[in-house]
Amino acid sequence: MVQLALPKNSRVGKGRHYAAPVGAKRVKTFKIYRYDPEGTENPRWDTYDVDVDACGPMLLDVLIHIKNHVDPTLTFRRSCREGVCGSCAMNIGGRNTLACTQGWEDVVGKEIQIAPLPSQPVVKDLVPDLTLFYAQYASIEPWLHTETPEPQTEWKQSETDRAKLDGLYECILCACCSTSCPSYWWNGEKYLGPATLLHAYRWLIDSRDESTGDRLDALEDPFKLYRCHTIMNCAQVCPKGLNPAKAIAEIKKMMVERVA
Amino acid sequence: MAGTSTNFRTPLSRARGLGAAKHGAGHFIAERVSGIALIPLVLWAAFSGPLLAKGDFASASIWLAQPLNAVLAGLLVVVGFFHLRLQIQVVVEDYIYGFVAKTGLLLLNLFVCVLGAALGLFAILKVALLSGAL
Repeated sequence: MVQLALPKNSRVGKGRHYAAPVGAKRVKTFKIYRYDPEGTENPRWDTYDVDVDACGPMLLDVLIHIKNHVDPTLTFRRSCREGVCGSCAMNIGGRNTLACTQGWEDVVGKEIQIAPLPSQPVVKDLVPDLTLFYAQYASIEPWLHTETPEPQTEWKQSETDRAKLDGLYECILCACCSTSCPSYWWNGEKYLGPATLLHAYRWLIDSRDESTGDRLDALEDPFKLYRCHTIMNCAQVCPKGLNPAKAIAEIKKMMVERVA
Repeated sequence: MAGTSTNFRTPLSRARGLGAAKHGAGHFIAERVSGIALIPLVLWAAFSGPLLAKGDFASASIWLAQPLNAVLAGLLVVVGFFHLRLQIQVVVEDYIYGFVAKTGLLLLNLFVCVLGAALGLFAILKVALLSGAL
């Protein structure tokens, strides 16, 4: 049934304040979501006044600075620090993006708010639990399906067919798009979400794949595919500049094509 | 929710759920076809309505008794309620989660839309046929 009140632990309280070091010339305030589901406390917003002259240009630089010099308990994921691994996806200033490619100077407002990706369970602080998201990706079987005996060399593909994968293969599965999608918020268990559907399309139009029909069968569902209402948040937030909404529209076109 | 200690279902099992329903394309096409059909019908209604409002009841009855007007009005009612039913269904599927509440609302949606279309058609036929007999 309809749940009118939010669960108790979704009330975010006011947390600690960490003042800037004495003598800091340029100070910016970062308001960061803190939560430990294993503890008994509700989530809280901690505010950090950071001497930005001591940090690099990106938001991830600020987070690493806070962890190294201000508060070692702050938890977040990061790895490549150059927009390739997708680990540091989070909600920065109300918008999902990668902390490592988002300059803090480019976020408007006096105070920069940083929260984990929306709608996912929180493991700790800025780390979301993406277990279901990854399982949904696995469910579309993101690998080449073939029945024809494997050729001696590679599966050949024309340049034109290879070009069809551009704008799709670049996805790094950071989950910025899926967790920005209202349809995914309301029906995340049943709707596959933009990232998974973008990958589904990547395999649907791969000229070397031999199970396009089976793949379409597995997607034709009021929830798995058709919860997409072209809200376009996915395309707006994608840190790699991809357009999952367009990929989904192409899947819907393929669905029509095979019946009409 | 993920991470609860009593849930031993694997993530892949959760992601696959009950599998694909193998339908949905029909609904998608029906939404668009009825939407396209409604464009000329609604334009016609928006053009005709103000003209009818200028006259009296008798002239409106005579207008509706003309075959083209009666047929277009009937189509507007049927296609309109058909389209409405498809769209309300999407809203219910989006926001209502309980099986009983969802099924109940989907049935209510179907019945109300069919009833609306039937009442509208009957009203048009009554005016059209009776006025025509005069």
